[in-house]
Amino acid sequence: MTAAAERATTTDVLAVAREQVLDRGVGLTEAQVLDVLRLDDDRLDDLLALAHEVRVRWCGPEVEVEGIVSLKTGGCPEDCHFCSQSGRFPSPVRSAWLDIPGLVEAARQTAATGATEFCIVAAVRGPDARLLSQVRDGIKAIRDSGNDIQIACSLGMLTQEQVDELVAMGVHRYNHNLETARSHFPQVVTTHSWEERWDTLRMVREAGMEVCSGGILGMGETTEQRAEFAVQLAELDPHEVPMNFLIPQPGTPYEQYEPVPGREALKLVAAFRLAMPRTMLRFAGGRELTLGDLGAEKGMLGGVNAIIVGNYLTNLGRPAQQDLDMLADLKMPIKALSDTL
Amino acid sequence: MFCVHCGLPEAEGDHPGCRGPRAALEPPRFCPDCARRMVVQVTPVGWSARCSRHGETTSAGTPALTE
Repeated sequence: MTAAAERATTTDVLAVAREQVLDRGVGLTEAQVLDVLRLDDDRLDDLLALAHEVRVRWCGPEVEVEGIVSLKTGGCPEDCHFCSQSGRFPSPVRSAWLDIPGLVEAARQTAATGATEFCIVAAVRGPDARLLSQVRDGIKAIRDSGNDIQIACSLGMLTQEQVDELVAMGVHRYNHNLETARSHFPQVVTTHSWEERWDTLRMVREAGMEVCSGGILGMGETTEQRAEFAVQLAELDPHEVPMNFLIPQPGTPYEQYEPVPGREALKLVAAFRLAMPRTMLRFAGGRELTLGDLGAEKGMLGGVNAIIVGNYLTNLGRPAQQDLDMLADLKMPIKALSDTL
Repeated sequence: MFCVHCGLPEAEGDHPGCRGPRAALEPPRFCPDCARRMVVQVTPVGWSARCSRHGETTSAGTPALTE
């Protein structure tokens, strides 16, 4: 019996996904995601093609482009083992603050790429009064400069009062990554819990901001935990899921970890799409190392519908124009700001 | 001259972690003149790095650092 014939006589997860996810818009269960992640490599192209169909059917053809900047770099009291900005590890990253003119310029640079989103990020457990004041002044200065780009923030764990303040500042989306599966989180972070992160996300949603939450793959989690994570994100039902692949950072406990192999990363992209057919799935950090140029294109044709262009917080990305050219080559329209207002 | 990624003398050792694909994603972290750790700001299109002794270097288009 040929492999194709054998598949036809058994329950093939891609056939199930076609009916369940593509036709009905119902995301895969944890067991089904695991089946997808265990598919042989010779099914990868079929998987990516299906994930792309799902993305186009339930999210449309457009791609959301975003730029990010670090407002406060380094010196973080938390011990996220992947992060070069933790003050607990001998990382070469030193503390830095971006001033208001620098923030306005970063927002201008981002808008110039055609991006509709600009995310202001700080390496903190949660924002203090000084940081919130800097964010408030920064947003006002960005608006005063005539830049109407949508502004998101990522400032760690929030209190209800801080959530309300951000809403009042006009922040429309808040990023706070769950980072990894709940069962794996204690191996990655010990200074706060997965549940504390969940609580912030709950408050953000209830306050009317869009929820952005994803994580980093390649932090020693098992395949089962990757499936668990995909479904936990689906349960959260965020507006956006940024997918990062670990860039092993000098001085951190994960310095010697190997990057996720490209085919594995593509399988993860497609599996996450099949778990969350309607969610914005964004390529974030690490894709340059894990996937390279060709793999990034495959990912865009395998379920991804959003992208961070340019540099990241402490790492460099490929030039924004290269990603914009890629989207043009793929004939993928960039979401316009007028569509988001 | 010192390696901007690890701060060790350029001429000593192989610097395997400083010349791979991961290092290509890193801005300079150490001053090439004195190996001091620099204060680095990455922005969407560039970076700036300041050594307390030797001043600031930037990639094109990046605003200067402030405290």
